[in-house]
Amino acid sequence: MNPTVAARAVLATLVVGVALVLQTTVFPHLAWHGIGPDVVLLVVVAGGLARGAHFGMVLGFGAGLLLDLAPPADHVAGRWALALLVVGYVAGRVRQDAPAGVGGALAAVAACSFLGTSVFALSGLLLDDRAAGIPDLLEVVLVGVVWDLVLAPFVLPAVTWVLARLEPDRVPAR
Amino acid sequence: MRGYGRAPREDRSGAGHPPRALVVALLLACASLMVLDSSGNGALDPARRVVGEAVGPAQAVADGAVRPLVGLSDRFESQDDLRGDLAALEAENADLRAQVRTAPYDAARLAELEGLTSAATDLGQALVPARVIGVGPSQSFSSTVTIDAGSDSGITPDLTVLNNDGLVGRVLRVTATTATVLLIVDPDSTVGGRIAESMELGFLKGRGVLGRTGRLDLELVDETVVPRKRDTVVTWGSPTGDSPFVAGVPVGQVVSVYSSLRETSQRAVIDPFVDFAALDVVGVAVPSGTRSDRAVVEADGSLR
Repeated sequence: MNPTVAARAVLATLVVGVALVLQTTVFPHLAWHGIGPDVVLLVVVAGGLARGAHFGMVLGFGAGLLLDLAPPADHVAGRWALALLVVGYVAGRVRQDAPAGVGGALAAVAACSFLGTSVFALSGLLLDDRAAGIPDLLEVVLVGVVWDLVLAPFVLPAVTWVLARLEPDRVPAR
Repeated sequence: MRGYGRAPREDRSGAGHPPRALVVALLLACASLMVLDSSGNGALDPARRVVGEAVGPAQAVADGAVRPLVGLSDRFESQDDLRGDLAALEAENADLRAQVRTAPYDAARLAELEGLTSAATDLGQALVPARVIGVGPSQSFSSTVTIDAGSDSGITPDLTVLNNDGLVGRVLRVTATTATVLLIVDPDSTVGGRIAESMELGFLKGRGVLGRTGRLDLELVDETVVPRKRDTVVTWGSPTGDSPFVAGVPVGQVVSVYSSLRETSQRAVIDPFVDFAALDVVGVAVPSGTRSDRAVVEADGSLR
């Protein structure tokens, strides 16, 4: 493992950790009916958009694992890991297929938020772990998407900037 | 120094497709985690504990930073019923408030702690006071919170958590400084309940919705008994405290009753007394004389 990879891993862990604390401690105060923004999911989307599917996938798996294990989580571990892994991959593919502008990035956030929460919810249905009814599920997913879109203009540039600090020459060519 | 040339082409190739082996490995890792964890023998508890030890202090620090701001904003944007609660609280504590008018937030918290003290005397239980520092998002479809007291404060799994309104939940697992609490509105939560008026026993299951619509289902053991509207439900529990819930903690009120022919039992919908969207100060019922790193509210109302 070369120093850049190690530094990137440490930095990514730090960013995801901060996002986790924001998500569990700060945003519940602003949540609507208990539904707040998925800050960790936004970080994964930002990572995927900035670095591609490979990085996005690994970041998504790690971030999801943290979300699964950190208190106050109590669902079956591996569910968020799977959901965010898919999210990171999809976000990475978006970047590859078309250079995402502002509109593209927001569309990617909306799609990934919908996808991520849905994968999480469906895995719950399959594992019979706290399955919610479909109407509840849709409400939670859609409100979550709106939240994520609201927060995306703040989180995405911040994460992209932090990742770009590591390797300036990896910034997408203009 | 890099020249003016473009970055080498192979630099970018790593950003594209992940190798198939990696995809398979990560997917398998997810699957095996799920299998390990749903087998239910606590294989991942050490990992959860390690992560909790690391994340808990960070949550406590962040909570300390945002709490004063949140205390202010609550005065402007609370829901109607919260306003009602607030008005009642304010009336009760008018004289207390007069002394600390400069710090309304402190006063509100003081009132909650006072309520906790009276809850301790009512129940005859020693309580460790704690505050909610982390809330699981609804997107996880589970209702769990983190509190800022852990094994250092004498908290162990399965202890009852309550506040001055009623039953909050039970402790699932602890780290040194934090504990994870399963709220009674979580779909995984089952509480032995008793209708206070008729002493009939039943089981309370959560429906998994926080906030104003948070409801519990009560299923009575004796299907011939029809609970009445506005009956109070308290925990069944054991007076000695060896089962997860201590006895006699108020849980909620019956709001509607319906019978199911197929399942031959009566179901009642319970509106919990606790407002789960605005949880702050809670108490953990501990055996009297528990060693703790913080003040314990004893059963006679004294602090120790």
